[in-house]
Amino acid sequence: MLTYLINGISLGSVYAIIALGYTMVYGIAKMLNFAHGDVIMVGGYASFCTMTYLGWPPALAVLFSMVVCTILGIVVERLAYKPLRNATSLAVLITAIGVSYFLQNAALLIWTSNPKVFPDIFASIPPLVIGHVEVAADGTESGGIIISATTLITILVNIAIMVGLTLFTSKTKMGKAMRAVSEDKGAATLMGINVDFTISMTFAIGSGLAAIAGVLLCTAYPNLVPTTGAMPGIKAFVAAVFGGIGSIPGAMLGGILLGVIEIIARALVPSVPSDIFVFAVLIIVLLVKPSGLLGKQIREKV
Amino acid sequence: MVYKPDRSVAAVNLSGSRKIAAEGGNMAAMLEVNDLNVFYGSIHAIKGISFEVNEGEVVTLIGANGAGKSTTLNTVGGLLKAKSGSVKFCGKDLTTTPAHKILREGMALCPEGRRIFQQLTVKENLEMGAYTRNNAEALETIEKVFEQFPRLKERQKQIAGTLSGGEQQMLAMGRALMSKPRLMMLDEPSMGLAPILVEQIFDIISALNKDGTTILLVEQNAQMALSIADRAYVLETGRIVNSGTGEELLHDDSVRKAYLGD
Repeated sequence: MLTYLINGISLGSVYAIIALGYTMVYGIAKMLNFAHGDVIMVGGYASFCTMTYLGWPPALAVLFSMVVCTILGIVVERLAYKPLRNATSLAVLITAIGVSYFLQNAALLIWTSNPKVFPDIFASIPPLVIGHVEVAADGTESGGIIISATTLITILVNIAIMVGLTLFTSKTKMGKAMRAVSEDKGAATLMGINVDFTISMTFAIGSGLAAIAGVLLCTAYPNLVPTTGAMPGIKAFVAAVFGGIGSIPGAMLGGILLGVIEIIARALVPSVPSDIFVFAVLIIVLLVKPSGLLGKQIREKV
Repeated sequence: MVYKPDRSVAAVNLSGSRKIAAEGGNMAAMLEVNDLNVFYGSIHAIKGISFEVNEGEVVTLIGANGAGKSTTLNTVGGLLKAKSGSVKFCGKDLTTTPAHKILREGMALCPEGRRIFQQLTVKENLEMGAYTRNNAEALETIEKVFEQFPRLKERQKQIAGTLSGGEQQMLAMGRALMSKPRLMMLDEPSMGLAPILVEQIFDIISALNKDGTTILLVEQNAQMALSIADRAYVLETGRIVNSGTGEELLHDDSVRKAYLGD
């Protein structure tokens, strides 16, 4: 059971990192960037190509894919979303879905639909063994737990991102400006804050994080195809809504809880696809507490 | 009753310069607004307004709800775009300058409804006011703002949304002062405040002006605004219909009838 919990936290950490991108963009630009999941896929391919074809070390490949995704995020915002700054939210939503399909099909064109096998970049790190583990002939373990390096590193990276982002938004001038913009764009403008630049920076940070999520996701689930990012992207959106969209700690909490729910459901009722439970969470949250676990109560102004 | 500003209010010198007599005449105006036209969609909200503010003055725009006072300030502050006409500040044409760059020119707008950042702390709000300046300068100014508004110092770690209305207005003014503006534009600073707080806010405005900050004030409370103003303009449905010194307009029959409840 503990193994399931830890694996759930690990999967949830990936969702949380992706959900951060959703929630930050929503908080500041008040839009749902449904192409966010596909940025993960681009990040996966960018690091895959540099590692496999160019033989780059994993650390450098991850950095490279972060740069690629950051630029991609900024470019997408400039070209697709910025012209719609004053448009209805429906127009922006449909554009985001369009960008999502564009990225998936561009990936299909470049990398074809043949799955790429993502290398295990943490293969050289031994797994963490707690207690004395005995592996029986049928593969079941008893007496202790084994946590794979990927699982452990994913959780640690997630904690580091959480701490880093919290410090960024509470201590730095840019971070505080982002919070100011998310609350009142007009008043922020009067303070001399360049709102367009701040929105660009939010997309840059969210997309850079998506690249990290892409590498972690592909290391855990090494089958890389153009639609790799779609499902985790949607689930991370569920996580962001679950935690309270617009709230950074909410994205973290929602992501981790959703990962745990998914893994435990998969273990307890293996005959039912676990995605059912994930989306049931979305429906229940929307019915019971639409503002999410840590979301603010939004009072409609009449 | 004519409100007499209390000049004994603790005054902190924020800009170092002294008030320069507005009667100089041959000096170019600090703010020159010329034949400004503003539309909301097809509605012609501001119909060719021209006015000026000289360095050291308190100038007020008074008028009824919907006369275009806030629209005028928001256009000068860059939040709204003028269809035609010009806004010049210290000789520089700012008509098409984006709003976030206008603050750097030395003009701060304290908007209607205060619009403080409710979820940020009092101190963070003030820091945002100094966004365009470096941290050392901001720290120096924050101490001066705390001297001017001791209440804000007491509550600096509090979330701004939990402040009372009067405190929020002080925060909005303190925040605007953080950029050390040469011209401070205030939009309805007395709105929604108890009479005693209104007097306090007007005392602070007078004190700021005494310390060298030029003030452009928009108010529905014409009595209070005229009593501290050097000059005033009366707006009616997007046009300036009357102007004069504060004293003159306080005793002007049509103004008394329309805005002072006589």
